[in-house]
Amino acid sequence: MEKLSDRNNREGIKGWLNPSRYGWERVSYWLQRLTGVGLLAYFVAHIFETSSLTQGPDAWAAMLELTQTPLGHLILLLVIGMSTFHSVNGIRLIFTQGGKGLGNPGRPDYPYDAVSLNYRQKSGIWIALILAGVAMLYGASVLFGGE
Amino acid sequence: MSEQIIEKIETLEKKRDREKKEKEHVKTSVVLKVFRANRSAGENPHFDSIEVPVQRWTTVLDALLHAKQYKDSSIGIRYSCRMASCGSCGMKINGIPRLACYTKVSELEGSTITVEPLANFPHLRDLVTDFTQFFAHHKEMKPYVRNDDSDMKQTDSLTEYVQSPEDLDRFLQFSYCIKCGLCYSACPTVATDTKFPGPQALSQAYRYFSDNRDTATKERMDIVDDKHGIWRCHFAGSCSSVCPKGVDPALGIQLLRGHLLGFSRNEKKIAEKQERLKRD
Ligand code: HEM
Ligand code: SF4
Ligand code: FES
Repeated sequence: MEKLSDRNNREGIKGWLNPSRYGWERVSYWLQRLTGVGLLAYFVAHIFETSSLTQGPDAWAAMLELTQTPLGHLILLLVIGMSTFHSVNGIRLIFTQGGKGLGNPGRPDYPYDAVSLNYRQKSGIWIALILAGVAMLYGASVLFGGE
Repeated sequence: MSEQIIEKIETLEKKRDREKKEKEHVKTSVVLKVFRANRSAGENPHFDSIEVPVQRWTTVLDALLHAKQYKDSSIGIRYSCRMASCGSCGMKINGIPRLACYTKVSELEGSTITVEPLANFPHLRDLVTDFTQFFAHHKEMKPYVRNDDSDMKQTDSLTEYVQSPEDLDRFLQFSYCIKCGLCYSACPTVATDTKFPGPQALSQAYRYFSDNRDTATKERMDIVDDKHGIWRCHFAGSCSSVCPKGVDPALGIQLLRGHLLGFSRNEKKIAEKQERLKRD
């Protein structure tokens, strides 16, 4: 017997998971969400980490030890990349979603390039990606550079 | 400086895009992988592979009709105009929502073409989906000009609404919508939220909002300013990238949101103020 949900045919979460079909704006949507959730997870973990201070200096030192491992460094590196992308692209999105920087309606003509998918917007996404990469490189040089 | 760089990238990318689009993948036959299932008979879906001969100008719809005529007459398709005007033949072609009559076989890579029913629409049979909910969302937006200052019954006092070409340009592109549902099928919010009106309906709300003959602004704003309304758009831009008519629904949605947030100039209010100043 078929499930009603099959018939309904909504893409569901599956629709979010593949960002490659529709261009850079969809990639941005996907990354903004992924990094947003990632930062939220980090935020919760961060509160948990710093709250260990209330159990005395030893607990705090033990917690700090955790971040001094290669895996700890890797996670911090990811957080650096996520927060850079999320905030740079987030600032772009605040303007975009308020209708700024998208261009004006006009008379559509073949081949119907959508003005909202313009290159000012795309380059904003690229810049966020590049800055995230640069921040991660710098972070890696500090974290793994050794003293 | 940076503007120039962006412009340069834009010209280069557009040229590459156009070349990719215009590049013909010449072939003499294709295999259509057609999604098959009659839902009301409780059938489980499967794909049928059907080989059909094609020419340079064959569209996916032509190929499907050939298959229907000569190979398997039971394939369910919906179509009418064959010229990207009626909006009936939307389907997923190689994973992306497109009009079958507006997609040439020669613009697709490879010799197998997968055709499936549009996602996010309840499935009926084979390539045919149910548009009831989609049309209901469109209707919710009161998609007609409403003018409280006019009284159609008083024929002796009927007046003409003068609209300049600039006034027209503000909404014209949104009125080109053929309600094909491609945007609705591509939207990641529609994929999970059945109450979200979707890109088509929201851009129609903007179409009437930006028409200076219409006075139902507040009413329409109240409809889109809802928990499941315009705020659920996250500008993934997929609607605008699949729209076959250049409607650019994402643009309409962001502009409308700009007005709701008070970011944008309200042309109607400005015009009203100027009228009042003139009168006083
Ligand atoms: C400079 C700082 C930040 C800026 C400018 C910013 C901006 C944004 C913007 C514009 C969005 C997209 C909303 C939309 O698509 O409609 C967003 C989503 C989100 N952000 Fe942030 N954000 C910042 C920091 C953070 C932090 C620190 C966290 C985590 C604690 C966070 C968590 C999220 C989450 C979970 C989402 C939801 C993703 C989605 O709706 O797709 N953000 N942010
Ligand atoms: S906005 Fe474009 S894609 Fe969406 S229904 Fe209208 S014509 Fe089709
Ligand atoms: S058959 Fe009318 S839009 Fe394709």
